[in-house]
Amino acid sequence: MQGSDSRPGRLVKAPENFIDAEGVRTVFQEAKAGRRDFIRRAFAGAAAGAAAVAAPAALAQANPVPADGGDPHILNLPEHSRGLGQGVATEGYGKPSKFEANVQRRPSPGLTQTAQASVSFAPLQSLFGIVTPSGLHFERHHQGWWDVDPSKHRLMLNGSDATLMKTPKVFTMDELMRMPCVSRFHFIECGANSGMEWGNVAVPTVQYSHGMLSCSEFTGVPLKLLLDQCGVDYKRARFVLAEGADGSSMTRTIPMELVESGEVLVAYGQNGEMLRPENGYPLRLVVPGVQGVSWVKYLRRIEVGDQPYAAKDEAIHYVDLMPDGRHRQYSSTQECKSVVTTPSGGQLLLDKGFYNISGLAWSGRGKVARVDVSVDGGRNWRPARLEGPVMAKCLTRFNIDWVWDGKPAIVQSRATDETGYVQPTYRQLRAVRGTRSIYHNNAVQSWLVQESGEVKNVQLS
Amino acid sequence: MSSSRKSVAAAAALLLAAAGVAAQTALPGLGRPATVKEIAAWDIDVRPDFKGLPKGAGSVAQGQDVWEGKCASCHGVFGEANEVFSPLVGGTTADDVRSGRVARLTDTGFPGRTTLMKVATVSTLWDYIHRAMPWNAPKSLKVDEVYAVTAFLLNLGGVVPDNFVLSDKTIAEAQARLPNRNGMRLDHALWPGKGLATAKAPDVQAKACMKDCEPEPKLASMLPDHARNNHGNLAEQNRLVGAQRGADTTRAPGAAAAAPAAVVAAAPAAAGQAPTALLGKSGCVACHAADSKLVGPSFKDIAAKYAGRADGAHYLAGKIKSGGAGVWGQVPMPPQTLPDADVQTLARWLADGARR
Repeated sequence: MQGSDSRPGRLVKAPENFIDAEGVRTVFQEAKAGRRDFIRRAFAGAAAGAAAVAAPAALAQANPVPADGGDPHILNLPEHSRGLGQGVATEGYGKPSKFEANVQRRPSPGLTQTAQASVSFAPLQSLFGIVTPSGLHFERHHQGWWDVDPSKHRLMLNGSDATLMKTPKVFTMDELMRMPCVSRFHFIECGANSGMEWGNVAVPTVQYSHGMLSCSEFTGVPLKLLLDQCGVDYKRARFVLAEGADGSSMTRTIPMELVESGEVLVAYGQNGEMLRPENGYPLRLVVPGVQGVSWVKYLRRIEVGDQPYAAKDEAIHYVDLMPDGRHRQYSSTQECKSVVTTPSGGQLLLDKGFYNISGLAWSGRGKVARVDVSVDGGRNWRPARLEGPVMAKCLTRFNIDWVWDGKPAIVQSRATDETGYVQPTYRQLRAVRGTRSIYHNNAVQSWLVQESGEVKNVQLS
Repeated sequence: MSSSRKSVAAAAALLLAAAGVAAQTALPGLGRPATVKEIAAWDIDVRPDFKGLPKGAGSVAQGQDVWEGKCASCHGVFGEANEVFSPLVGGTTADDVRSGRVARLTDTGFPGRTTLMKVATVSTLWDYIHRAMPWNAPKSLKVDEVYAVTAFLLNLGGVVPDNFVLSDKTIAEAQARLPNRNGMRLDHALWPGKGLATAKAPDVQAKACMKDCEPEPKLASMLPDHARNNHGNLAEQNRLVGAQRGADTTRAPGAAAAAPAAVVAAAPAAAGQAPTALLGKSGCVACHAADSKLVGPSFKDIAAKYAGRADGAHYLAGKIKSGGAGVWGQVPMPPQTLPDADVQTLARWLADGARR
């Protein structure tokens, strides 16, 4: 079986008796013709407009050995093997290959009516590993983004009254960047990620269903260190308000426990460079494990207090409607969740045979302990490989081998975190929370791989 | 200091570093005390117990004036508009004002949720209007205007009477009548702290079954075929190399995909294409969208209106520079201060059909 596919560069792993002798002959014939069942059917389906139909994507890559015994891409040396390339620093800040132009963050059409209070989704289907390239980081702005002059940006710390903080202080960016700093990898997920899918399937791809998720290495100063400079009454000041400098001056309440753990950072660095303007340049709060809305951008002020603040985004939005008609308030933690990013909705598998199912898992309560993958709609599961290092409140990449037999398959992943919490199915989640919560949807995602190779976003009953 | 003592000191310093940032690290020379004036300028938050609320007052009638001038263009004359933002008012009843629970929220058939159906704390409204409204000129309202417009909003929702004057003295009365004031719950395990009366254990308890877990899976929901291209052509939203391609959603399911066109880098906007960067940079898109009315008319509608006009570009350049009202409704467009070359580019683009 292993040598049956003579096309170059194609690794087709197959279990014993994957196909019989007759099958082998068929495969040979099809390989010669450069197509497989579903491709041929696809051709039949498109016969009406056949004149205009060029080779499908699969054929373009399948590239069987031509009659004259060699691949023209090998036999005819390309320009880049015969000419002189470009010089150093042609781009002072390098850009992705022009062949990667499809990999973009995108808004979901019709989701919002202004571009300033809106969201763009990270293209999870095209990303590897755990780090989100900064230029592809998802965006959520509440009143438009700004490129703030760091020399004029200030951070103020004060108390809701004078008894809670002895010395309110002001810091410049220069001062903040002189302080002892830490660098840590964390995921950020919008509380409304997957929010469109509570009741039914609403979007086609993982970019729109899960793309309000990104992961970066953040560099900054623990907020605790800054508060310590100001003489905080930690006994009474159990709540922290973070406030942005943009038009919305976003505010969110953070529990002091999280600040005291040292995890909450006042960050200026992201993936080795400064924060991008869309992500809060020059200063944002990093609140590991908590929904993105608390990671206040353009951070200008921290206030300590003895009560929560009921800010707009914790009293009108980011409240989760439960079946009894009441809203959950101050819901902040992003619970354990995972999603298969490849193969995923809207994609087209090129062929039968071997695939690496790959995806992301994360938990706002700590490390991911395990991820199981099912290809039969949740009846049977196999443990996936977790790619290290596995870090707390950080994306974890998982991979698992799969040989697609060309039959319909429903691919799912299910993560368990170190607290023992298991990612629920839609049925389990809805039984408790109904379908109108908008926020905190961490259900198991299902992708239906159809016989045609096209993958659809589906939900199971 | 002997070398051994030196190394002990160095080890101690290393230990400190390893322990992370020590609890009370002093940072001499960094930061300075904030002045009273600075704190007053930035500390504008108002809590549910009204801590932080400045003295002031505004009536429902005064609020109506502010509303019509600065709020109605986005939120509708009665706070009901769904054009730009979710509606603020609607869905609450006199019974809700009495009970403090919005009954409609239990009705799964009721479309959407207005702000007054959700908000449980009147401080939230005051704080947010004060810090973030109006949309394109946040923090421009005076304190009394914030009181007035909050009063008007509450009056629209039947929370306070027509003759109500909202002030730092009367705001507790408004709170006591807020329709959803008893509508929040904290019994979840999603607050990573101890200061709130939240639950300890997660509400949903799943188990990691591995074998023969579920019956034959049944599909309950998927996108209908007619919606397959609603998010644009997915073939253009996937990498052109690798295990998969994006499905060509401009074609029926199962149809062959178009040949992957030779990939070209995104070309700079050609003549006649939208000067997208300029529209964004100049703030046009705060009020105008490509195809639909926002605060102002869509670019498409503007282009259509002046399509046949020989001096269209000249006329539109004038309108951009000096603003105006009355042509598209009574919401005025303020004069725009942008470089003349940019004005000309935008006007020409509009006059040429506002192509994307």
